[in-house]
Amino acid sequence: MENSTVDLAIVGAGPAGLSAAIEARRWGLSVVLLDEQAAAGGQIYRGVDAANERRRSVLGEDYAAGAALTKAFAECGAQHIASASVWNVGRDMKINYLVQGRSASLEARHILLASGAMERPFPLPGWTLPGVMGAGAAQILYKSTGALPTEPVVLAGCGPLLYLLAYQYLQAGATIKAIINTTQRSDYIRAARHLTGALRGWRDLRKGMRMLEQLRRNQVPVYAGARDLSIMGAERAESIAFNHKGKQHRIDSALVLLHQGVVPNTQFSWSLRARHAWSDTQLCWIPETDEYGQIDDSGIYIAGDSRGIVGAKASATQGRIAAVAVAATLHRIEAGDRAAREKALHADLRSQLHIRPFLEALYRPLDAHRIPQQDSVVVCRCEEVTAGQIRKYTEVGCQGPNQTKAFGRCGMGPCQGRLCGLTVTELIAQAREVSPAEVGYYNIRPPIKPITIGELAA
Amino acid sequence: MASKEEVIVVGGGVVGAAIAFGAARSGAPVILLDQGDIAHRASRGNFGLVWMQSKGDGFPRYARWCREAVDYWPGLARELLDLTGIDVDLRQNGGFWIGFSESEMRAREVMLEQLRNIGPGIPYEMLDHAELRARLPAIGPTVAGGSFCPLDGHVNPLKLLHALHAGLKVLGVEVFSSVDVVQVNHHQDRGGFQVGSKDGRSWNAPRVVLAAGLGNKDLAAQVGLHAPVAPNRGQVMITERLKPFLPYPTNKARQTAEGTVQLGYSIEDVGMDDGTTVSAIEWIAKRAVATFPILSDARLVRAWGALRVMTPDGSPIYQESSLCPGAFVATSHSGVSLAGTHAYVVGPWMAGLAAEPEDMAEFAGDRYLDPGRSFTNAH
Amino acid sequence: MRTSRNSECHPLFAADSSPQSCTVTLRFEDELISVPAGTSVAAALLLKGAGNFRTTPVKSSPRAPYCMMGVCFECLVEIDGKPSRQACLTTVSDGMVVRRQQGASELSTLIEGDQNGK
Repeated sequence: MENSTVDLAIVGAGPAGLSAAIEARRWGLSVVLLDEQAAAGGQIYRGVDAANERRRSVLGEDYAAGAALTKAFAECGAQHIASASVWNVGRDMKINYLVQGRSASLEARHILLASGAMERPFPLPGWTLPGVMGAGAAQILYKSTGALPTEPVVLAGCGPLLYLLAYQYLQAGATIKAIINTTQRSDYIRAARHLTGALRGWRDLRKGMRMLEQLRRNQVPVYAGARDLSIMGAERAESIAFNHKGKQHRIDSALVLLHQGVVPNTQFSWSLRARHAWSDTQLCWIPETDEYGQIDDSGIYIAGDSRGIVGAKASATQGRIAAVAVAATLHRIEAGDRAAREKALHADLRSQLHIRPFLEALYRPLDAHRIPQQDSVVVCRCEEVTAGQIRKYTEVGCQGPNQTKAFGRCGMGPCQGRLCGLTVTELIAQAREVSPAEVGYYNIRPPIKPITIGELAA
Repeated sequence: MASKEEVIVVGGGVVGAAIAFGAARSGAPVILLDQGDIAHRASRGNFGLVWMQSKGDGFPRYARWCREAVDYWPGLARELLDLTGIDVDLRQNGGFWIGFSESEMRAREVMLEQLRNIGPGIPYEMLDHAELRARLPAIGPTVAGGSFCPLDGHVNPLKLLHALHAGLKVLGVEVFSSVDVVQVNHHQDRGGFQVGSKDGRSWNAPRVVLAAGLGNKDLAAQVGLHAPVAPNRGQVMITERLKPFLPYPTNKARQTAEGTVQLGYSIEDVGMDDGTTVSAIEWIAKRAVATFPILSDARLVRAWGALRVMTPDGSPIYQESSLCPGAFVATSHSGVSLAGTHAYVVGPWMAGLAAEPEDMAEFAGDRYLDPGRSFTNAH
Repeated sequence: MRTSRNSECHPLFAADSSPQSCTVTLRFEDELISVPAGTSVAAALLLKGAGNFRTTPVKSSPRAPYCMMGVCFECLVEIDGKPSRQACLTTVSDGMVVRRQQGASELSTLIEGDQNGK
């Protein structure tokens, strides 16, 4: 495959990538799909093919449904390059990747980037201590190995995944010590404005309510409207403190699972110098694309959560929409078929997006949990740069994230801004009293995933 | 000397900031106009070498200029540390050029021998493979040898920029950020200049120094100066932090104070494109592994391109306008190596507080207009 | 070399089902550990109570996995002599040797008399 040009190369084996592959194959396109994991499914359907009966039952029917998707993908005739670390995607339509320590490249007529989402960083005091992980990380651990917490576990933050994980843990027989929920009353009020949309997405709503009911029945202690979270410990997490209804609380725990939503993985789109807009409702950068997901006239498309958080079902639909657009460009689909297919897909997408404004309003992360006010909080984990240090940079003339690199190596470590970028943008915006849009983001350059000098030289 | 006239410095990169710093510490009232975060910032692409060996081949005045520059560096580093608390990580214990063939080595020796007696003298040693390996144990088997100059070294260019700006603040220099200067008007009658930005702001002063990098071409022309600078892309890459193994800089690989290894570099004529190419970084990686095989397992975290501000002969332009006295242009792609000279010599001169250095006419931009001369910027 | 930052502790996680027939044995520091085939190195270390996976180059702070999906780069360990491997993206294999990464990456040390590189 390396020397011939494929019609469509897809990066990412989550719902968007898999659905795009299936749709593209339907129209006769040659497809190569590259993904970092050994098995297809992305993060949401992680390990679905290997999961036993028990695990599928615990994780629920939405998860189990992923198996149908991975099966359809396996049978659709696309080439699947697994365990591939894509380190560069160029506007010259070349993709560079690493498989088993060997660097390879391929060329495609069209590229679809479907690298999904990651958990939003949660810069609290003590968040870098061993034993502090994302709730999504713990869920991945369960999906891939069936591992459960050995002690009653504390979950903290906001967002549907927090409750989903708690629910799944209960199904699996684990004990929840407490849920420290940072959703405030004002969030409910704000969310109520989007109730119509929420009701149109009533199936999602009903699911959520069922989970909450289960938690109530199991008498899981929930501290609603919590604020001022902070994690304590010397060499590892020992306890989490917070303010609840004006009272200070502290709960001992060696494992603290944090979550405040997910944000798009934008390393590829930034490295391609796509324009990005700052979304005040999603509080993240959204790459600018046309309605099919194409960046400029580049032939490179983005679908799924990496284009803006839309959830699994909408991600799948976006993947299909992009595939149809590519098929049309390559004259593999007749106008009539195209119109019919797009009409159906756009209708699906609309209904799948009904719940979004409601969720975004309801689960908006607290300002103080996105922009740490305590100076000692580590913002850049790799280089251990604190919020206080970054604020000082702005006092001596640092205007934006790229200049922080000159002042103190912020964003220069292995993660290349993934865990600090959003925080740095918002911190500087707050300090300068301008919008995040005006502050901008790090210049992202290849390699998007680390590659050794030897692998590059070979 | 003349009374202390206000100086506007256009450009806050490593050249402009050093000149502004030098002018300010000599007592001139200085205003610095800087583009800020969106600037091309050639300083970001600087390799960080404080380098003098082999510079000025065929241009003795420039060779002498570079030679003197390395002597200013320890004082500059110390002064910036004392003034701002920022350590620019200067290590000036010598540097190596690495050669991969006998013909390269011979050509190098011929060139260095010609430069040996410039100014206070440019010492060097040619080293064969075994001699080089005795100094740099990590050197690879295909390396033919190298040259060593005890006066060379390296520094952190981003920290230098940061320290200069912090120094400007301490010295009371007013720095205006996010300023895109588009116009320099000379008041013919009463002298002095009005400097105007894209967003309509303006500043007035008797003296103006144009240190705006690639922007100098247009601005210089507005005050009767010729500064034919053009972009030249250099791609560079950097590894994760590594435990120390390389105590000296080499011309294409150096280990920084933080432990990261910086590897370079390409020399490309691609207009304003500061993007990275897979072919260039593969070439840099191959060369890196040939030079230091130990780097094979080191992980690369970033590759980037930056636009050097290149003159036709690769040497600086320093000139006062005869048409518009009080207007100066200053440009060099070796803004780090020459930082000390820019601060201690160029700044005071352009501020009118020190005499013009000897033979500065050799650095006039007019030299490029001479039909009898031809130029190459190979370096 | 052991410091107090590197002591193992009670595992934070345990597998929910009995071990499969197919297990893999690897070495972590001085211990041999066995986990089901297909487990990531990060999961294996968490299941066996590794405590911290590394200490940072800047301040020698103890770190352990945060994201489990390859974006946080906290799970960096030395695997079979190669530094800075993301444990959450590496599957265990028989005989694998895993060590904590203390500070900055350590490249293979030069072997006296052997200048042939790799």
